[in-house]
Amino acid sequence: MNSTSAGPGFEVVARQDFSDVTFLLEIRHPMLAKAARPGQFVIVMSHEQGERIPLTIADFDRDKGTITLVIQAVGKTTLEMQRDCRVGTRLSALVGPMGIPSHIGSARKVLCVGGGLGVAPVYPQARAYKESGAYVIGILGFRTSDLVFWEEKFRACCDELILCTDDGSAGIKGLVTEGIRQAVLKHPDIDECVAIGPPVMMKGCAEATRPHKIHTIVSLNPVMVDGTGMCGGCRVKLSTGVKFACVDGPDFDGHLVDFDDLVFRLQRYKATEREATERFNESCRLRSQVP
Amino acid sequence: MTAPRKKKTIRMIPQARTPAREQDPKERACNFQEVTHSYLVEDALLEAERCLMCPDQPCVRGCPVNVAIPDFIQRITEKDFRGAYDVITGTNLLPAVCGRVCPQENQCEGVCTVGDTLEPVAIGRLERFVGDLAIKDGWSNIPYIERNRFRVGIVGSGPAGMACAADMAKSGCDVTVYEAFHEAGGVLKYGIPDFRLPNTVVDAEIGKLEQLGVKFECNTLVGRLFTIEQMVDEMGFHAVFVGTGAGYPSFMGIPGESLNGVLSANELLTRCNLMHARDFPNFDTPMQPGKRVAVIGAGNTAMDALRVCLRLGADSVSCLYRRSRAEAPARAEEVHHAEQEGIQFHWLASPVEIVDDGKRSVRAVRCVRMTLGEPDESGRRRPVPEPGSEFEIEADMVVYAIGTNANPIIGQTSRLKLNKRGYIATDESLATSIPGVFAGGDIVTGAATVIEAMGAGRRAARGMKAYLGLRDTEYVYRDEQAGPDTTLFGIDRAEHGYARVRLPR
Repeated sequence: MNSTSAGPGFEVVARQDFSDVTFLLEIRHPMLAKAARPGQFVIVMSHEQGERIPLTIADFDRDKGTITLVIQAVGKTTLEMQRDCRVGTRLSALVGPMGIPSHIGSARKVLCVGGGLGVAPVYPQARAYKESGAYVIGILGFRTSDLVFWEEKFRACCDELILCTDDGSAGIKGLVTEGIRQAVLKHPDIDECVAIGPPVMMKGCAEATRPHKIHTIVSLNPVMVDGTGMCGGCRVKLSTGVKFACVDGPDFDGHLVDFDDLVFRLQRYKATEREATERFNESCRLRSQVP
Repeated sequence: MTAPRKKKTIRMIPQARTPAREQDPKERACNFQEVTHSYLVEDALLEAERCLMCPDQPCVRGCPVNVAIPDFIQRITEKDFRGAYDVITGTNLLPAVCGRVCPQENQCEGVCTVGDTLEPVAIGRLERFVGDLAIKDGWSNIPYIERNRFRVGIVGSGPAGMACAADMAKSGCDVTVYEAFHEAGGVLKYGIPDFRLPNTVVDAEIGKLEQLGVKFECNTLVGRLFTIEQMVDEMGFHAVFVGTGAGYPSFMGIPGESLNGVLSANELLTRCNLMHARDFPNFDTPMQPGKRVAVIGAGNTAMDALRVCLRLGADSVSCLYRRSRAEAPARAEEVHHAEQEGIQFHWLASPVEIVDDGKRSVRAVRCVRMTLGEPDESGRRRPVPEPGSEFEIEADMVVYAIGTNANPIIGQTSRLKLNKRGYIATDESLATSIPGVFAGGDIVTGAATVIEAMGAGRRAARGMKAYLGLRDTEYVYRDEQAGPDTTLFGIDRAEHGYARVRLPR
């Protein structure tokens, strides 16, 4: 539904660059902002010849009627979005909210773990847990201090925040699993953990909480086309059976997920993706040479 | 209507069915242009002569939407093509689509009287001829529509939704169709490939709906953006039709299904058709290049997947089906075309494992030979595995086309009552457990055909009109019935006392 004022598509109303790879887009879609719940995602097509890519909703503002997406420019589509999506431009398609919203239960003490790109999508969950009255411990992982974003936003809704960087340039030195180890040591009564990030990181988190029997929810991001359960491209293997991340998830019990399967399935289109990215970079290089 | 001048007999008609011109199998296996061409005028006139105009009209009963088949064929013989179009569109909104994709051999043509002795009249090809002519010449039937105050919401823009939308728009309602994809058309767009049903034909038919005043809202996932209940309670829809399709592909649960290179036919077809992956890199959606492809299943979707893979440049494409050719659910013409194009059919072969190449990709499909045993509850002979008959078929891509399950989104997000298989439960008029909400098509019956979905959409529209207290505009398209049985005080009984608008012939 094109709720925007004029013209087809969905208007970008704000943009912020966190680093040379990560950027934020705020898109006007009042109905979607009203319907969105933590844990849900959207599918975006930046232009008519584009591909449909799933992106987790990083934030939504019902008063402003906008949703926020945080995007990492890693492939052709996202590099192109980084180049082309400016305030005032329009995305050709935006559909959602998709997936089952996260269940914000009656947990009293919760770990909200975000790694890299997963930092943004874990924010609505942290906020929702805070609003439900839980004690929220945020654990955010970045490679270096230059890449840190939303620290203040998290401080505002977390009772404790543990910042982890690979090189120790901000917060503690180490991966988010080190943060989990410290938090668990300090708080033996943690009853839930939400972990969002790259598959390897979520696997690490699930392994870190498993011995302590902390219920751990991970948000999976497999390859999708339609996002409505129709193509089955996003099927993920759990120890209890095969599920479709788009309609049965994207949240799953991290202790049941076969992460190795997920990692391999994410590489299905690697060759074509690389080809497309190289071609895109080449075209950008040629374009920059035009006087 | 005019009675046949002289009663035709089976000996008087052209004995052989008029062939439709086709693209050469070798040539077409490399392109996405349509396989079968439309009849030329002389072909259509010749074929129309083959209809006996029998009084029994089994074909009309054989059609899920009861198109007045002899009537439109009669118009063709009179070269009144526009009249033929008017007759068809009285009951069937999408002749150009149905002429191409209906399984006529199980419907109208399967019961054709001529078919008792000779090949049946090529009703599908004649219907397509009329439909294509209408698109070419820009015909459309826009009846006089008297607007009422009712708003109708349609969930899903596939064949069921489109048929229901057309009927409700004609009866004067303000109709909005919601579609989750970025383009309207449902399975006609994402599923059926261009060589069988070009997307331009689908767009032309959607254009006709827009002329009736139907609005299409794409990028709208009903259930999640807003619920069915919200449509009824808050958004001001007086009635809602749910035609979301079955869409949740089945897999077999055999080892190796999560290997890279294993995908559903829905994914393959959506990437290729809707997302134009075949034009990569002009379009961004990627596609795995399959050199040796095995497709599991033998329905229409399987045939589409097989032939798409061939056109994408596969060296060998095999079809694996656990029963024999006679039981294959695909349209006879599609199986025939696939055979012509060089698809290898492995009948009575059931996959038991997809074999890993050691790099998490597919190397082969291990199958077991089947024999046909006693008929099962579906009336088809049950396939029984032959012990010790395992064999391997080399493949680097495996496509599942073995059917779908109920899509869970509407069930997850509304209190609509579902049946035990997860499909929406309805009564005879296709009304659901929520007043004013109707449902039809694959989301009620499970996977079926385009025309059956359209039939369901129209049936739901009848139920909806009764629910809203609207007159049934179908009679607008009926011929004047003369005689004391059909009139009361000289007024057509079908009119129910309403002032009627009749279309000029």
